[in-house]
Amino acid sequence: MWKCFSTRTSRCFSTSASNRTLKWWDRVAPAPKDPITSVTEAFLADTSPTKINLGVGAYRDDEGKPVVLQCVKEAEAKIAGCDFLESVSSAVSSKLVEESVKLVYGKNSDIIKEGRFAGVQALSGTGACRLFAEFQRRFYPESQIYMTDPTWSNHHNIWRDALVPERTFHYYHPDSKGLDFSALLDDVKNAPDGSFFLLHPCAHNPTGVDPTEEQWREISYLFKVKNHFPFFDMAYQGFASGDLDRDARSIQIFVEDGNVIGCAQSFAKNMGLYGHRVGCLNVLCNDAKQAVAIKSQLQQIARAMYSSPPIHGILLVSGILSDPNMKALWVKEVKAMANRIQSLRTTLRKSLEQLSSPLNWEHITNQVGMFCFSGLTPEQVDRLLREFHIYMTLDGRMSMAGVTTGNVSYLANAIHEVTKFG
Amino acid sequence: MNPELASPSSSSDRRISVLARHLAGVEMDSKNDSISAFPTSGSDNNSVFSHVVRGPEDPILGVTVAYNKDPSPVKLNLGVGAYRTEEGKPLVLNVVRKAELLLVNDRSRVKEYLPITGLAEFNKLSAKLMFGANCPAIQENRVTTVQCLSGTGSLRVGAEFLAKHYLQRTIYIPQPTWGNHPKIFTLAGLSVKTYRYYDPATRGLNFQGLVEDLSSASSGAIVLLHACAHNPTGVDPTFQQWEQIRKLMRSKGLMPFFDSAYQGFASGNLDADAQPVRMFVADGGELLLAQSYAKNMGLYGERIGALSIVCKTADVAARVESQLKLVIRPMYSNPPIHGASIVAAILKNRDLYNEWTIELKAMADRIISMRQKLFEALRARGTPGDWSHIVKQIGMFTFTGLNSKQVSFMTKEYHIYMTSDGRISMAGLSSKTVPHLADAIHAAVKQVV
Repeated sequence: MWKCFSTRTSRCFSTSASNRTLKWWDRVAPAPKDPITSVTEAFLADTSPTKINLGVGAYRDDEGKPVVLQCVKEAEAKIAGCDFLESVSSAVSSKLVEESVKLVYGKNSDIIKEGRFAGVQALSGTGACRLFAEFQRRFYPESQIYMTDPTWSNHHNIWRDALVPERTFHYYHPDSKGLDFSALLDDVKNAPDGSFFLLHPCAHNPTGVDPTEEQWREISYLFKVKNHFPFFDMAYQGFASGDLDRDARSIQIFVEDGNVIGCAQSFAKNMGLYGHRVGCLNVLCNDAKQAVAIKSQLQQIARAMYSSPPIHGILLVSGILSDPNMKALWVKEVKAMANRIQSLRTTLRKSLEQLSSPLNWEHITNQVGMFCFSGLTPEQVDRLLREFHIYMTLDGRMSMAGVTTGNVSYLANAIHEVTKFG
Repeated sequence: MNPELASPSSSSDRRISVLARHLAGVEMDSKNDSISAFPTSGSDNNSVFSHVVRGPEDPILGVTVAYNKDPSPVKLNLGVGAYRTEEGKPLVLNVVRKAELLLVNDRSRVKEYLPITGLAEFNKLSAKLMFGANCPAIQENRVTTVQCLSGTGSLRVGAEFLAKHYLQRTIYIPQPTWGNHPKIFTLAGLSVKTYRYYDPATRGLNFQGLVEDLSSASSGAIVLLHACAHNPTGVDPTFQQWEQIRKLMRSKGLMPFFDSAYQGFASGNLDADAQPVRMFVADGGELLLAQSYAKNMGLYGERIGALSIVCKTADVAARVESQLKLVIRPMYSNPPIHGASIVAAILKNRDLYNEWTIELKAMADRIISMRQKLFEALRARGTPGDWSHIVKQIGMFTFTGLNSKQVSFMTKEYHIYMTSDGRISMAGLSSKTVPHLADAIHAAVKQVV
């Protein structure tokens, strides 16, 4: 091998290196684009002045602009240019977990007083789900995860990459554009005892269809009988009803029934901290001692993935949640965001009805949270894109946060155009 | 129906009857046995994760945990590689404060999701910082750079990509290496082997062993290289030795995966510390690089770093980037914005960049002077042994050569906290605390064998 290098040294290296390495990458196929983020990419590249982005679930104000919440601005001004000692950051991290978990179980919950939960900060909702999926696989290597049909597209990727096989269970009824409740209960009943389920506690993504409180009670009871493990992904607390406590009610019902649960929380939407990647994962435990064990395992999984989560977002969230005035301001701002979305839902539905659309658009106001599962077909979605520069995912999911008083008429007209012949 | 589950209220009765309709056909009595036999079942409130045992403490972070618990006024934390000032305090660089105030005062800034690959401006600037502004590979679009969560995140994403797409699943890591390396690679799906690196006899590089081990590695295997300031040993190859390593690796088609956590800390000069990586890029071959800004910009908690993959062609680089996105999206969707914004603000502004290089050199110089002071203190005490490695080793750490018994002794008797492999973080020392450490080492060497 060394003989080759005596005369044509450098060319010989790169030739042999290139021959060897070229074939290593031939098999790398171009990856499919993410169905959600690619919508935003395409939108950004579009130069049309009437374009509307109803793709990613990110809140916009009535001018269609991203919003930095006032409570966040205040929190940021406080911490800018400050010293953060590393020892402070671990106290701050615990504060974040404590305050986050209060949002899930209620601030006076016994679970919190007795420390009967293992809680860690996570990289927003995605990171929390992935940590849990890895943890599930580590301790239940033969288990599967049941997901709603449909669910957020990245849920499939997360559990797949954690090597946990998935099953689906009935959820959305395409005819009623509401909940397929009896089929849901059948699937829960027929799943093997002790199965893991991924549930959306409020503002279901992508359908906007949530069970009623009564329906949640029945589901919870059945879970208890079947000893299933419910894992809640709560990305939109506050956006379903405008009330943070009310949006966590489904989780509390499960806990009251004696179910032992896990929960992923995200502050991306309800605190507008999308880019900061702040969230929390908690798993209910028997006692504080077990909580320490589970927490240590979760931290170990995180350590080999990214070591620790980014401090800035944690400082913002814990600063806001632990200051009563700032927290009160936040609660108001969440309600305002939810109200704006709700009012545009009403306006859009009315506009379509006023255009004498042949279709039923009740689901626009029946569905809750950020999304409307419009029922539009892929062909209709494509027409909206090409002819009207309106962007949404192919499944017809519209982010209502992208609708404004300025663009709602245009949107209604466009939808009417592509659907008026059925 | 199981009587435990019934409750006296009428809403519960309603629920039960609705449930009974759904459960018609399910034989509850026989099911009871199989329910209780199932691992996730149990009495009310019994967690399905009851069998989870407590994981072991991370050996490095565990040192800080133990240190924090110690009430002694003379305690010294020489564990984790985080820079400390002469006063023993963490340091937020002035240039970072300036950048942060710029960001907070900019009313047009928003907090939207970054793209999956992160902040584009940050990515370009990071690549230039390591590869050089005029690097042909960059100009030819052969480099893909994605923002990741500091060094750990960059290593993990790179390793996951290799496990999925590279034809060889074996990675060779130096012996010893940072404790988290084998865990990261194993969990990413690679199989980990080692190559000889540190020679305890000379407290320097076992170059012959390294060459032998890499020569016998299977063709195409991945090799982890510390770009500079090797952690934990502080022992770096010379430029001549790097050149030999490069030739050997290219001849065997071994894939270099550089971990650069200390650019600027080794010599005090960012370009000088980038030389080994640049040598590998200059020969036209491919490589992976994990960069961290935790130490050299003091942005530890912000988790800011980058993974770069240098490819043969621009087309390959584009395809590779698209696949990196598929690794990242199911892990955490997109990276955090704050640290990237700070780094980009500093790197793109000439004045801020220059200020940074000055502050960085000051940190590196302080560490070098601590090395000198410790060496002299041991010499002054007549501590047995050759301690010249303290001034020869490079970067934040000194691999003292102390054994774990000696380390325990120093912790117990002198409240010195360090990892049991004898590694000390020089950044944790100050002129005031050097004498205490020298006393501890002296006592350990004389009393413990």
